[in-house]
Amino acid sequence: MATLLMVNGVARKVDADPDKPLLWALREDLDLVGTKFGCGAGLCGACTVHADGNAIRSCQTSIADAATMKITTIEHVATTPAGKRISDAWVAIDVPQCGYCQAGQIMSASALLQQNPHPGDSDIDAAMSGNICRCATYIRIRAAIKLAAESKAVESRAVPHAA
Amino acid sequence: MQLDLDRRGFLQASVLAGGVLAFDIGPASSATGDAAAINAFIRIAPDNSVVIGSKNPEIGQGIRTMLPMLIADELDVGWGQVQVEQTGVDAKLYGAQFAGGSEATPLNWLAMRRVGATARYMLVGAAAETWGVDRAALTTTAGVVSHAASGRSMTYAALAAAAARQPVPDDKAIVLKTPAQFKIIGLPQPGVDTRKIVAGKPLFGIDTVLPGMLYAAIEMCPAFGGTIRTADLAKAKALKGVRAVVTLNTGVNPKGADDAVAIVADSWWTANKAREALVIDWADTPQKAHSTAGYATAAAALLARPAAADVVRKGDVTAAFAGAAKIVEARYSYPFLAHATLEPQNCTALWQDGKIEIWAPSQAPEGGRKLVATAIGIAPEAITIHLTRIGGGFGRRLMSDYMVQVAQIARAVPGVPVKLINTRSDDLRHDYYRPAGWHGLKAGIDANGRLLALSDHFVTFGANGEAIRAAELGEREFPVQLLKDVHLGQSFLDTNMPTGWLRAPTSNAMAFVFQGFLDEIAVAGQRDLPALMRELLGEARQLDDGENGRLGFHTGRARGVVDKVCAMAGWGKPVAKTATGRAGRGFGFYFSHRGYFAEVVDVVVAADGAVTVAKIWVAGDIGSQVINPLNARHQAEGAIIDGIGQALAGQAIELVDGAVTQANFDTYPLPRIETTPAIVLEFVVTDFPPTGLGEPALPPVIPALVNAIHAATGKRIRSLPILAEQLVA
Repeated sequence: MATLLMVNGVARKVDADPDKPLLWALREDLDLVGTKFGCGAGLCGACTVHADGNAIRSCQTSIADAATMKITTIEHVATTPAGKRISDAWVAIDVPQCGYCQAGQIMSASALLQQNPHPGDSDIDAAMSGNICRCATYIRIRAAIKLAAESKAVESRAVPHAA
Repeated sequence: MQLDLDRRGFLQASVLAGGVLAFDIGPASSATGDAAAINAFIRIAPDNSVVIGSKNPEIGQGIRTMLPMLIADELDVGWGQVQVEQTGVDAKLYGAQFAGGSEATPLNWLAMRRVGATARYMLVGAAAETWGVDRAALTTTAGVVSHAASGRSMTYAALAAAAARQPVPDDKAIVLKTPAQFKIIGLPQPGVDTRKIVAGKPLFGIDTVLPGMLYAAIEMCPAFGGTIRTADLAKAKALKGVRAVVTLNTGVNPKGADDAVAIVADSWWTANKAREALVIDWADTPQKAHSTAGYATAAAALLARPAAADVVRKGDVTAAFAGAAKIVEARYSYPFLAHATLEPQNCTALWQDGKIEIWAPSQAPEGGRKLVATAIGIAPEAITIHLTRIGGGFGRRLMSDYMVQVAQIARAVPGVPVKLINTRSDDLRHDYYRPAGWHGLKAGIDANGRLLALSDHFVTFGANGEAIRAAELGEREFPVQLLKDVHLGQSFLDTNMPTGWLRAPTSNAMAFVFQGFLDEIAVAGQRDLPALMRELLGEARQLDDGENGRLGFHTGRARGVVDKVCAMAGWGKPVAKTATGRAGRGFGFYFSHRGYFAEVVDVVVAADGAVTVAKIWVAGDIGSQVINPLNARHQAEGAIIDGIGQALAGQAIELVDGAVTQANFDTYPLPRIETTPAIVLEFVVTDFPPTGLGEPALPPVIPALVNAIHAATGKRIRSLPILAEQLVA
């Protein structure tokens, strides 16, 4: 059975059980593996995507439910103003360590900044509490959200890129 | 230290297709031409851009940035010219390729710099020959060789053909830079993969996608070591989307048979759901006798008796205790812990024509190769391993059980790539756990509070008279080497749990026990732990050089970080009172993985016993050079928050009926953003070779925390994890 999803501004057909979680449809059917599997129970936030601009856990959302929403994933979030500022701040601060949770962190942070352009410490803690970082990059996550909120030109210097 | 690579061959230069100059290491007979491209440490393209190969697994420790920094600085190219790629896995070409023990810095600090310096030497030689001048008249910068006297210069790329004709220089001819000449080392360099991570690019093992790939889920016996008595696989096989159901037995865990059933399907979600249709009767009666509650009872009984074996016995503790002004006794314990890497264990493989290709997020890929070769009976050379970026290691991925599992599954679907993924519950319930332990400690002090003698009866897990993996107590445990009268003994319990190395293995537990107990000794002697530490350390000296320096302890370096952190935190000044709870400050020191760390923790304990860590000061000595100060801060902060989480987040793996009960992050909690304290970090630079940083900042934070809680509440935490009900006002 086919489900029509609106993902990153494009209508995509997914031929799978309507109960299939959006996370696995993104990763397996739509080749968008940036959204990560961490716990499968909505406890870690690694699978966070935007649904109509709100941060949701894609492991807890069936494709049948997702069919009514506009889905944005990490691969596309930098095309939104808040997502761009957050992504640039993440690079400037060099937030990641292993990097596995960071897609989910960026999606939660972008939704926060979209809804609250000047979040305080407690706003940041509340919005980001559902996202586990096993490497504990939390100090830099706070700093990056604040940098993005300051709306300064976020520039990073030339650094090598992995080939 | 002589570089490991020297024994394996020479850095050789060759010109590849397209005019790319490659420097690679290998025996003279190693592949050249295009095949060398993916094996090269350095490739310089005609546009003078540089690709540097990074040989070690990246688990978040920043090695993919650091190893190329060492090469690039000595090669004398601009860091902005450099692209980094992962090399293949081949011990013959690269030597050791593992992520463990914080060993990459000591093993590669000189070796990787020599790779860069040797290539530079050959490029300079090529320019000298081309221009007919002495090499001493030439300088390099940003990938260009210049001759000041004539004003000539050439890019490295333009020298490719001439460089490839240069003889391989004698190692003695290679002069490394002095620290003042570093242009990349010592400066904060962001991670080379950061932009890709932020853009959500496929980097991790679990992101591996191959044409026609199938997915596998695995059902393992809940009780470690159980075997399959009967298994009805028919219902699962009949489900839509299921392609194969495979019984397998990796034999990896020496304690048990590791029987499992894997379901291969066109979707992982389908494969995992199909597990519900499996009907397996596990033969696990003997395993079901094991429980963590049972271990605790048995440990208490053993502590009431003399230790079964000695770890260290020197002097005469009995006589020393008899002569002491005061005796301090305490029992400490800590639980089993899981690694809980955020990327669950996974691996991808393709079996074809008697060979296997594996995409492995492994911290020890060569170890995995050996296991796979043994388990499926093929030559190691028939196994090709691709290293992926790894979503957290912490020691879990030093065990490559998943490589064997996926190899056995792949063999059942020849010609089709298959990706095995564990659920979170599989991952938490089939780990190689940090072992629990119990300690019966005793100390004697004199009338001035001086520590005279120390004994410990350590109840740990063992077999055949030896502690099992990661359950050991070392004979150099601090402060054993500094005392005359010491007895460390141990007794063993049997367990069916696989054990393994968790970030700062053994140290993450022993620091809590011994620095917590030393704080009790200090309090009993009416002084503080830094004062007791200074007295124990005495004059600056190297105690010995155990295991090629890995265990060699220098009292002066320890003293340096103790003094530094006390100055940073203003140790000795009263801790500010708070309106919200009882405030206190604690100290902890530990030496592990060649690094010296002293840490001070400020806590506030609420009336209901809830502990808030307000601030942490950290002083570390990892030698003469912090290679990448940005990543160094990341590693230290991460290790410290990890340690706080072990103590305070409620982490404990419990075994009931031989099986782990924790299933997800609700029952095995990890630290979250709202509990993250401010961390002030400084390095003490000393004239010793640079050492690693993935681990040594972790151990001392746990005793610093429990010692702070004691200062705040008068209550002594001797068992982890810390429970709020222990601390109700």
